[in-house]
Amino acid sequence: MQFLSYLINGLGLGSVYAIIALGYTMVYGIAKMLNFAHGDVIMIGAYIAFFALARFGFPFPVAVLLAMLVCTTLGVVIERLAYKPLRQATSLSVLITAIGVSYFLQNGAQILWSSSSKVFPSVISAGSIHLGSASVSYLTILTILTCIVVMICLTLFINKTKTGSAMRACSEDKGASMLMGINVNRIISITFAIGSGLAAIASVLLASTYPSVYPTMGSMPGIKAFTAAVFGGIGSIPGAFVGGLILGIIEIFAKAYISTQLSDAIVFAVLIIILLIKPTGLLGKKINVKV
Amino acid sequence: MKTASKLFSPGGDKMKRGRLISFALVIAAYIIIEILLKTGNLSSLFKSLLVPVTCYVVASLGLNLNVGISGELNLGQAGFMSVGAFCGICVSGMLANTITVPVVRLMIAMFCGACLAAVFGFLIGIPVLKLQGDYLAIVTLAFGQIIKSIFMNTYIGFDADGLHYSFVESKFKLQPGGKMLLNGPMGATGTQKIANFTVGIVLILIALIIIYNLMISRSGRAIMAARDNRIAAESIGVPISKTKMLAFVVSAFLAGAAGALYGLNYATLVPNKFDFNTSILILVFVVLGGLGNMTGTIISTIVLLILPELLRSLQDYRMLIYAVVLILIMLVTNNEWLKSRVKGFTSGKAKGGA
Repeated sequence: MQFLSYLINGLGLGSVYAIIALGYTMVYGIAKMLNFAHGDVIMIGAYIAFFALARFGFPFPVAVLLAMLVCTTLGVVIERLAYKPLRQATSLSVLITAIGVSYFLQNGAQILWSSSSKVFPSVISAGSIHLGSASVSYLTILTILTCIVVMICLTLFINKTKTGSAMRACSEDKGASMLMGINVNRIISITFAIGSGLAAIASVLLASTYPSVYPTMGSMPGIKAFTAAVFGGIGSIPGAFVGGLILGIIEIFAKAYISTQLSDAIVFAVLIIILLIKPTGLLGKKINVKV
Repeated sequence: MKTASKLFSPGGDKMKRGRLISFALVIAAYIIIEILLKTGNLSSLFKSLLVPVTCYVVASLGLNLNVGISGELNLGQAGFMSVGAFCGICVSGMLANTITVPVVRLMIAMFCGACLAAVFGFLIGIPVLKLQGDYLAIVTLAFGQIIKSIFMNTYIGFDADGLHYSFVESKFKLQPGGKMLLNGPMGATGTQKIANFTVGIVLILIALIIIYNLMISRSGRAIMAARDNRIAAESIGVPISKTKMLAFVVSAFLAGAAGALYGLNYATLVPNKFDFNTSILILVFVVLGGLGNMTGTIISTIVLLILPELLRSLQDYRMLIYAVVLILIMLVTNNEWLKSRVKGFTSGKAKGGA
């Protein structure tokens, strides 16, 4: 059954998009900004994992942890230096700053590690298991499982912990949360840290699926994940999850059944049609403006 | 005389001065560059930048109408440039034997490119303007990606029998003497380079006249009212979608004309040239120049396009420095503490743009 294997591959790709989209949607929900440098944090994570595995021969879990550590630090540093001074500025100014950070990371990576692409070592065994007549690689299964675990942990964190409820409060009303004694700056830093840590996980999965690492590798998955976040309703965590999965499935199906070259066009066309029907995304809240 | 002055700088006295400055700036720049060209003082690098700079200026002016005046974030301006460019290249290729005067052919190609881009602007405007904020931005982004994908898979050829076209793969055979106008991912090849700097400057002036006259007209005031307070504007009877559509279509029209000029400046043009990064680049010009400020847009476009060339001696580090400059400008113009520091430093005359 071809259909089943396409569906599972779609879920695999969608899981990567979903993990990246979580970073976009959390930052948007709390800091109300589009962090265009998120895709480039993924690229940095992939490079770190690559060096840890290929150059220093660290075991896989250590490489992932190292990538997460570096990305988390990077995310927090970027937020402190570039975005924090702009808390009061218009959203467009912050957007341009994020673009500046994105250029900086891409060109910095190019200078440090050259623009030629590096082959990411295959660490997850290439075998596959058979579900009926469909065969699914271990990597795809690992990707889907990772995404589910991340989703469960994040939902528990947001709903059950004190920091999580502080984050929800900040996304509702920053001024009121400040009056309640929540340190809003700290919450925003934590959000960036979590988003960037997730980006590191996504980077390892992405680099294992498409085994090449280069300075602009983050931009296209970044755009797709951003699309997924909006698709699901930006600011909503389950929305990012659902949006990412649907986007991945549509992309794989478009490639399989319609045309490989036109798959991007089809993905974005479906997005436009869905936004026409549900103008605030699949799970987005409709906010009524009071006059 | 009176009608001429009204055409170039409509509106009140104070606004008039600001508008006249932008025309004076463009004309002064043109004269200086022409003198430098005649005396041979311009390096070939800068000569090659002249037409692209005028194209980007026009596209940025169009985007400023959309983002600054109409207040809608558009992440797909490069898509409209792309439509204009490839339409212009096709029209110019088809008319190569019928109209031999290059300037006339260029004008026709630019007009066709602009009109097709405006049609696309109208079509994409229907879904886009139903949405708000980031959802609107994402649809324009999606549009840019779709356009790029479509041109990557379009094959158009022209021969004695007329036009041939196909999608995904090249399915037709051309007669001898026929010419491939668009070649899928390879884009347009062997285009006759008929663009020139003077036409570019004229296009900037036309764009300024269109935008300024729109801004002070009834429709322009409606556009700005819809931007400042959508609900209030709607409640006094401003048709929101219609006014926003007008800004959107005019913006696409200008981008299309700029794209056609850009496309006819190069022998080869790949569809990848007009990707998301190009849209973002144009947005950066607009935001740094100041939303709604046309003179600022012209200056920032010129400076930001020339800056990487001036930094060329720094080789690999030039884009890194460009990025740092971009971040620093945004920080200095938007952070009160830094702003006051810089003001104290330059004894308080500098005024932030964005």
